[in-house]
Amino acid sequence: MKNTDLPEAGKQDTFRTSLARIPLLGWLIGALVAVLLEHLTGLRLAEALLLPKVPVLFGLVTMLKTPLLIPSSVFYVLLIYILPTFIVARLTRPLTNRLSAGLFNLSPAVSAVIHLGVFYAALHLWSEISDYRVLTVKLTLIAIMLTLSLNLINGYMGEFSCSHPGFMALGAYTASVFTLSLFTDSRMFGTAVFQAGYGPFLFPAALILGGFTAAAGALIIAIPSFRTRGDYLAIISLAFMFIVKSMIENMEVIGGPRGLGGQPDYANLPAVFVWTVLCVWMINNFVQSVLGKALNAVRDDETAADAMTVNTRQTKMTAFMFGAFWAGIAGGLFAHVLRYVNPATFGIQNLAEVLAMVYFGGLNSVYGSIVGAVSMNLLGEALRPLEIYKWIIIPLLLILVMIFRPAGLIAFKEFNVRNLIRPRG
Amino acid sequence: MPLLEIKNMTHHFGGLRAVHDYNLAIEPGQIRGLIGPNGAGKTTVFNLITGIYKPAQGHVILDGENIVGFQPYRIASKGLGRTFQNLRLWRHMTVLEHVKLAQYSKITYGLIGAFFGTPKRRKEEAEIKEKAYSLLKMMGVEHFADQIVINLPYGAQRRVEMARALATEPKILFLDEPTAGMNPEELRQMIGIIRQVRDTFGVAIFLIEHRLRMVMELCEQIQTLVFGEVIAEGVPEDIRNNPKVIEAYLGKEIIV
Ligand SMILES: Nc1ncnc2c1ncn2[C@@H]1O[C@H](COP(=O)(O)OP(=O)(O)OP(=O)(O)O)[C@@H](O)[C@H]1O
Ligand SMILES: [Mg+2]
Repeated sequence: MKNTDLPEAGKQDTFRTSLARIPLLGWLIGALVAVLLEHLTGLRLAEALLLPKVPVLFGLVTMLKTPLLIPSSVFYVLLIYILPTFIVARLTRPLTNRLSAGLFNLSPAVSAVIHLGVFYAALHLWSEISDYRVLTVKLTLIAIMLTLSLNLINGYMGEFSCSHPGFMALGAYTASVFTLSLFTDSRMFGTAVFQAGYGPFLFPAALILGGFTAAAGALIIAIPSFRTRGDYLAIISLAFMFIVKSMIENMEVIGGPRGLGGQPDYANLPAVFVWTVLCVWMINNFVQSVLGKALNAVRDDETAADAMTVNTRQTKMTAFMFGAFWAGIAGGLFAHVLRYVNPATFGIQNLAEVLAMVYFGGLNSVYGSIVGAVSMNLLGEALRPLEIYKWIIIPLLLILVMIFRPAGLIAFKEFNVRNLIRPRG
Repeated sequence: MPLLEIKNMTHHFGGLRAVHDYNLAIEPGQIRGLIGPNGAGKTTVFNLITGIYKPAQGHVILDGENIVGFQPYRIASKGLGRTFQNLRLWRHMTVLEHVKLAQYSKITYGLIGAFFGTPKRRKEEAEIKEKAYSLLKMMGVEHFADQIVINLPYGAQRRVEMARALATEPKILFLDEPTAGMNPEELRQMIGIIRQVRDTFGVAIFLIEHRLRMVMELCEQIQTLVFGEVIAEGVPEDIRNNPKVIEAYLGKEIIV
């Protein structure tokens, strides 16, 4: 602890080992500095590199739109993000290692919260540069919640559920009706019941209500699907998705096919971030507990799970409703991020996207879901200039992953927070 | 009153009479054997008692309670632990996780604990883990604790299955061919382990075996099943000399 650079004397400090000994805190601080640098010099550097504006998503979009600007974009990313992050992370290594160790010994929970705080600061500053970034980050965070909650069912439990868009819709509409009718003057629901000022504080209640509505929907699916063994869930959940969609289309009170708009602007970046962290934390807690491991047992051999005292039906129903709950929360956030929803959003295309993120990222893995959601979202945005070809490239990529890593990129890996935040020196 | 009593249990698969008029009474701490040629219905007897199939007729009485029709997990929680003839392990889980999970019915921290990682959960899981380790140690496989179970050698997998069954705290342990595929050395060790398990936990053991040498050495009482019917029952000496048994096993390793 006293001299964190001690091993250097004996071992050659190659580039790789040198990086491996940087703790997560070091990387986060590096990223924070890089983002600050972008705030201070980004615009001027972009101009100097003849870029039309600050590259909004690491230059990915610019590069595809105008291939001539590829060198400039690469330079920008290198000078603004990569080099500063590496240099700061490397230079502060002794310090961040000592800091990590101190925090870790104090309390891993406190240390985790501080890591999250630094991460959020960097994310916030980065997205502040443009509204487009804010929107992308919010939608990506929501995608993480959706992917992880579906992974719980399709990965950890090994069933095949298609009802996630339905759960999302239930959450989105419930939360929207709640906030629209209580805190806003709307054509549909009349004048506000409460002062608008209470809204942001009661927004969690709106989301949770949405989550419970989705969970209730899940119960309706779970009762017939998990009564006996067999692959009923795929069919029943698919039917459920279509039923929810056409039900909403036929309910004129909530706008029918035209949708529902004007939701108050409660889903700001900190709110979405906190809900995402809560989602990851709770699902990760669950899947690492013995109760959660029962899902794996049911998936791998249900007869054996039964014989080992596991109440398999209850296990499946609980997990299914828990997953639906988080899809509902994500739906509520989604509605308040876009401030408009319509039933067409929650159809087969949405299902395909969530499934792609789950299977691309990796089954039975929190890391996998995060990687799947982030990469698919960034890729989707980055490939936008290719228009229709985007829908050829993404499926091709998926097929490649399925061939070379059938369970997804980072499957069956435990998300160990303690290991993530420990000092490395 | 016996610990487990089975009366006139009968079961059919379509037209096949798999088990007919089967009776059994097991006392606490007994070691009993069930032998019979391939396809005699031995595994079916296990599956009927442990609730995987529901017997067409008959009673299965555990501690005075008729458990016919109960869900398998409830029967298991009531004290019937088992292993499987063709190992049924959870292929993505570690050895330690197997033995922890089998203590599922003892968990009291509930969903709150599972979702929020409460101190109660941490305490309970630590206890579960400790017990799991002690069982793995007893089976001599604790050094595999953190490995994915399918990476283990076959003999070790059998031991893990046994540790897992014991973790459910059974009153009666059902072992379906516990030495299948083992070499003579492993076989001898397994005999030792089974005795040790009985002596340590006072659990009754009911085992299916093809290796008669082992059954004769281990069991106090043996039943012989042929075409779903018990044709002979008694102490090893009687079974060994029973002409019906000899006939059923004609050409097999019977004279031990
Ligand atoms: N689920 C089932 N459906 C139909 N027939 C079955 C089923 N299970 C077992 N059987 C049949 O019942 C008979 C008894 O099978 P069982 O597995 O109980 O035999 P066993 O005595 O355990 O044989 P072995 O020594 O080969 O394990 C066999 O003819 C088998 O084919
Ligand atoms: Mg058998």
